[in-house]
Amino acid sequence: MTLYEFAVDPFLEFAFMRRALAACLALSLGCGPVGVLLVLRRMSLMGDALSHAVLPGAAIGFLAAGLSLWAMGIGGFLAGLAVALLAGLVSRVTALREDASFAAFYLISLAGGVLIVSLRGSNVDLMHVLFGTILAVDDDGLLLVAGIATVTLLVLALLYRPLVVECFDPGFLRAVGGSRGRLGALCHLVFLVLVVLNLVGGFQALGTLMAVGLMMLPAASARFWAEGIATLALTAMALAFASGIGGLLLSFHLNLPSGPSIVLAAGAAYLLSLALGPVGSLRTRWFPGRHPAA
Amino acid sequence: MGGPRVTLPFSDAMADSIVRLSDLTLGYRRHPAIHHLSGGFRDGSLTAVVGPNGAGKSTLLKAMVGALRPLDGRVTLHGLTPADIAYLPQQAEVERDFPIDVLDTVLLGHWRRVGIFRSIGGALRRRAEEALAVVGLSGFERRPIAALSAGQFQRVLFARMLVQDARLILLDEPFTAIDARTTADLLDVVRRWHGERRTVIAVLHDLEQVRSHFPDTLLLAREPIAWGRTVDALAPANLVRARAMAEGWPEKGDDKAGPCRRAEP
Repeated sequence: MTLYEFAVDPFLEFAFMRRALAACLALSLGCGPVGVLLVLRRMSLMGDALSHAVLPGAAIGFLAAGLSLWAMGIGGFLAGLAVALLAGLVSRVTALREDASFAAFYLISLAGGVLIVSLRGSNVDLMHVLFGTILAVDDDGLLLVAGIATVTLLVLALLYRPLVVECFDPGFLRAVGGSRGRLGALCHLVFLVLVVLNLVGGFQALGTLMAVGLMMLPAASARFWAEGIATLALTAMALAFASGIGGLLLSFHLNLPSGPSIVLAAGAAYLLSLALGPVGSLRTRWFPGRHPAA
Repeated sequence: MGGPRVTLPFSDAMADSIVRLSDLTLGYRRHPAIHHLSGGFRDGSLTAVVGPNGAGKSTLLKAMVGALRPLDGRVTLHGLTPADIAYLPQQAEVERDFPIDVLDTVLLGHWRRVGIFRSIGGALRRRAEEALAVVGLSGFERRPIAALSAGQFQRVLFARMLVQDARLILLDEPFTAIDARTTADLLDVVRRWHGERRTVIAVLHDLEQVRSHFPDTLLLAREPIAWGRTVDALAPANLVRARAMAEGWPEKGDDKAGPCRRAEP
């Protein structure tokens, strides 16, 4: 088998592979920068918690309308947002810290979601919701994922400056930001909405358990390649898309489920970056090379 | 409390105070950190706030920037909006390994002028570069802040305050854990602000530094001990009294403390 046959033919021959490729591209464009901001805000685990929180909403959508993308998408979005807001609220009015209340709410959500799906659906449906089926993405699904990527990029462009300052120096933004110091909180909220939106996009391709994979792994890998925020976001996008292609090919040729293949491809990219990347990787630590004079 | 009552030289009657404190009581979770502080900071004055640990110095600055709501009394700003205040917190909650370079950090000082959307043109960029030159960091524009030492980073924060061009500048222990040369350079910046008739209030520990660089001092030990010319405020009798009051404070929380006596009619 030539490289061409291996890497290009599947996409030329099969429409479902082309759709899956387009879905991966859209997911990468949205998830890349959102993931980078999550890492910079030290919220990597919160992304994971939120991805599980999406499940009960999607499950209720599934109960109401079967495997309807829109019902499950909207349900998942509302559930994810509710958990994010509740966890934030609990940490503000009680002594529990935000990460702990996030963990509590997402565990409740995950268990509730699995229970709801199993009430009505078969095991196949449950697998579908938990692990996604990017190879079965239809036109509606593509539109949803592409729409989410578009909204994400527009909002990030609009709120880039306060979002970055809110990560870097929240006290300064409170002092100078105006809106009686609430600009930071507003940005945080909008950002959470973006995270949940992108998780809903990823969930339909990769399933609730792995939707966060294409968000966090490329973002974490990017830290070993780039040092500026813009370059970090671009690197994360590129790595996510490359993992998408790699995972799809793997899944196609070896007849493996697509979601785990894509996330494992992103995982392999992460391990490679960790070992070999030019910024702060194991290689630069063990073989520092010559440093500049100043 | 025993001892003679202090008469505070900058009373409410002072017309030219830029920040006025009226019977201000501050605290966290109902435990007061400052009791009944009244007085004013003159426009253009350079004041050190001095006192033992736990005296309420940082708390006072937080109340002045509006980050802490008074339990009682109030802070009045005269002819100032929050945008006219530059505040350097004690431990800035800054992500020191954030991927941002020195110039971009300093450019944040222009926030009041550019906000979320406006672009930063050549003139504003030049002002940031000048500010970096003032704090001795010319040529560091494109360094990532993660690569700076603590002293260099404090210089960057001072450059950002220079760019902010604020009328009231609040510094909370700006020279703690900073080397001597950086401290001297940054004290020059403080002097420059004073020369430009800006009002500067700094929380400090080094009394020698206060005596040689700060004309006015507020000596605080939860209650005001003295407030006025530094030579008078830091007189030995006042320092002894401040220390004696600090020794009377319980080590952990003062749950057993009754209600403040003077708060009662």
